[in-house]
Amino acid sequence: MDAGAPNHASAAAQQAECPSSLCMRLAETLPLDAGDALAGFQLAYQMYGELNADKSNAILVCHALTGDQHVANEHPVTGKPGWWSLMVGPGRPVDTDRYCVICANVLAGCMGSTGPASKNPATGGPYALDLPVITIRDMVRAQARLIDELGIEKLFAVMGGSMGGMQVLQWAASYPERVFAAIPIATAARHTSQNIGFNEVGRQAVMADPDWCGGQYLAEGKSPRKGLAVARMAAHITYLSESALHTKFGRHLQDREALTFGFDADFQIESYLRHQGMTFVERFDANSYLYLTRAMDYFDLGKDYGGRLAEAFRGSSSRFCVISFTSDWLFPTSENRSIVHSLNASGANVSFVEIDSDRGHDSFLLDEPELFRTVSGFLRGAARVRGFAA
Amino acid sequence: MNQMELATMAADPERVDLRVIASFVAPGSRVLDVGCGDGALLKLLESEKGVDGRGIELSQSGVNQAVAEGLSVIQGDADRDLATYPDAAFDFAILSQTLQATHNPRTVVEDLLRIGKRAIVSFPNFGHWRIRMQFMSYGRMPITSNLPYSWYDTPNIHFCTIKDFLTLTREVEATIEDAVCLYGDGRRLTQNAPWTIWNLLGEQAVFVLSRRPPNTL
Repeated sequence: MDAGAPNHASAAAQQAECPSSLCMRLAETLPLDAGDALAGFQLAYQMYGELNADKSNAILVCHALTGDQHVANEHPVTGKPGWWSLMVGPGRPVDTDRYCVICANVLAGCMGSTGPASKNPATGGPYALDLPVITIRDMVRAQARLIDELGIEKLFAVMGGSMGGMQVLQWAASYPERVFAAIPIATAARHTSQNIGFNEVGRQAVMADPDWCGGQYLAEGKSPRKGLAVARMAAHITYLSESALHTKFGRHLQDREALTFGFDADFQIESYLRHQGMTFVERFDANSYLYLTRAMDYFDLGKDYGGRLAEAFRGSSSRFCVISFTSDWLFPTSENRSIVHSLNASGANVSFVEIDSDRGHDSFLLDEPELFRTVSGFLRGAARVRGFAA
Repeated sequence: MNQMELATMAADPERVDLRVIASFVAPGSRVLDVGCGDGALLKLLESEKGVDGRGIELSQSGVNQAVAEGLSVIQGDADRDLATYPDAAFDFAILSQTLQATHNPRTVVEDLLRIGKRAIVSFPNFGHWRIRMQFMSYGRMPITSNLPYSWYDTPNIHFCTIKDFLTLTREVEATIEDAVCLYGDGRRLTQNAPWTIWNLLGEQAVFVLSRRPPNTL
C-alpha cells in the first residue's frame, strides 16, 4: 500500500459531508420507494459549460456504480482525470463549448450526496444501515429536484452507461416531457439474475469482513477494506472481457522469473486486481457499495408498468440512442436490444448502435472512436431538431 | 444533403430507384426504411419531403454512419426486428434493394404491409434478358454490374423476377397501387407495357403496395 493511502481515506471521508463540488441542500422530505422518506437530503454535483439563455442546452450525465460527479475534472481524492473526460469537455463529443453538462453524485453515493456515510439528522452519527434502501427511481427523483432548482424545465439530453443507463431509462419513463434526448449505454431495463449474483458475491465479501462491524464501522473507527477490495476485484473481472484480459496480461508473471509455489501474486493479473481493489477502498464507502449494488438489483423498469416495458415509453416524444458493445457480457447487446424492441413497440424515435470492441463492459469509459462518433452525431442531429446551433 | 450530393445521386443510375421511391412518399409522413444502408434515402426524404424517418440496417458500419449523421437508425434485421413494430405505425414502410437478401421474403413483405399503411418495395429483376442470356450462354450464375457478387459470397439469397413478385403480392393479398420499372441506365419503361415486357427489359422495379381493397383508394 502506498504511503498516501491513509490521507486518501480521510479525504474520501471528508467528501461525504463537504464535497469538493457544487452541492444542493434541501430541507424538504424526499419520498422513497422503500416507503420511508428522507427528512432533508443533499446532492453533490458538477457543472461544465454554460447554460444558454432559455436553458435548453443542459445535458445530465448519470454515473455508474463506482463513478461520481467528477466527470471531467481532476478527482479531488485520487487526483486522476475525470472518469469521462474523453467524452465530456471542450471539443469533445459532449462539447462543453456548446452544451451545459450536469452530473450529480447519486443518492446513496459517497462523494457528497446523501448516503450511508452521511450524517443521520436523527442520531447525529452516520446513517450506516439506517438509510432506507434506495432505488434507481429514488436517485432520479432526487436528480429531478436538482434540475428544478437549476430552473431547467427540459433537459436537452440525459446520458449514462451501466447503472447510469438505468437512470437514463428511468428518467425517460418518469419524466418523458423533461427529456428531449436519451442515451442509455451498455445497460439493461432490468438487472439479470447473473448480475444480481455477481453483486451478491460483492456484498457478501464486504459483510464477511469483521471490520464491517454489522455496518457500524464508521462509528467503530474501522473500515472493511479487505472485504470491499475483494468485492471490487471480483466485479472488475466482469467489466472486462476474456480476450482483453488475455491480451493485456496473458499468463505473464509479476516481477519474477518463475512461479514461487506459494500464494503471493505470481501473475500480473493477480497483481493488477489487487491494485484495483486497494485503490478502490481509498475512495469508496463500503456501505455505499452495498446500497448501490442493491439499487441495480431492484431495477426492473418493465415491472413498474405491468410487466410491459413498452408501456414505460408509451407516448414518449424523446429521441433515444441505445448503444451496446460486442464484448460486453455483463450488459450484453441482447439486453440493450430488448430495450430497443420495447421502444419500437411504443412507437418511440430510436437509434441503436452496437459497437465492435473487445474491451468488455468498460468500453463505454474508454477511448472508443466509434462511440464518440455516434454520440456526437446523435447529439448534433438532436440539437438540429431542438433548434439550437449544432 | 447538399445539392451536389443530390445531383450525384440522380446521376448515379444505381440510385435512381431511391428517386423513384421518394416520388411516392407524401411530404411530412412517417417513414420506416428497412435495410437503409448508410441512410442515403432517409436523408433525401428528410431534406426534401420533411418526413419523420426511421431506419433499420444490418451492417454495423451503415448504422454507425447513419446515426453519426443524426438519422434515427437501429442495428437490426428485417427478418427478426420487424415483428416488434406495432400495426400501422408508419405511413410508408420501405424495402429498397433488400428483399432478395432476406431469409423470409414473404414474412417481411407481410410485416411491411402490417407496419406501414403502404409498403414500397424495390428489387433487382432476375428476369432481365441479360441475366437470362448469361445463364443460357454460360450455364453459370449470372454476374452483372447491378448484381456483382459470386454465388458463394452474395448476400442475395432470394432472387425473384417481376413476375415472381406479382405472384407474391397476390398470395399476401396486397393491392398494387403503383409500380415503376427501370432500365439499367435509370430510364423508366413505359407504364402501360405488359408485365412480360417489364420482366424482360427492366433491371429493377419499384412497387407500392397496400392491404386496402382497390375500390377505397
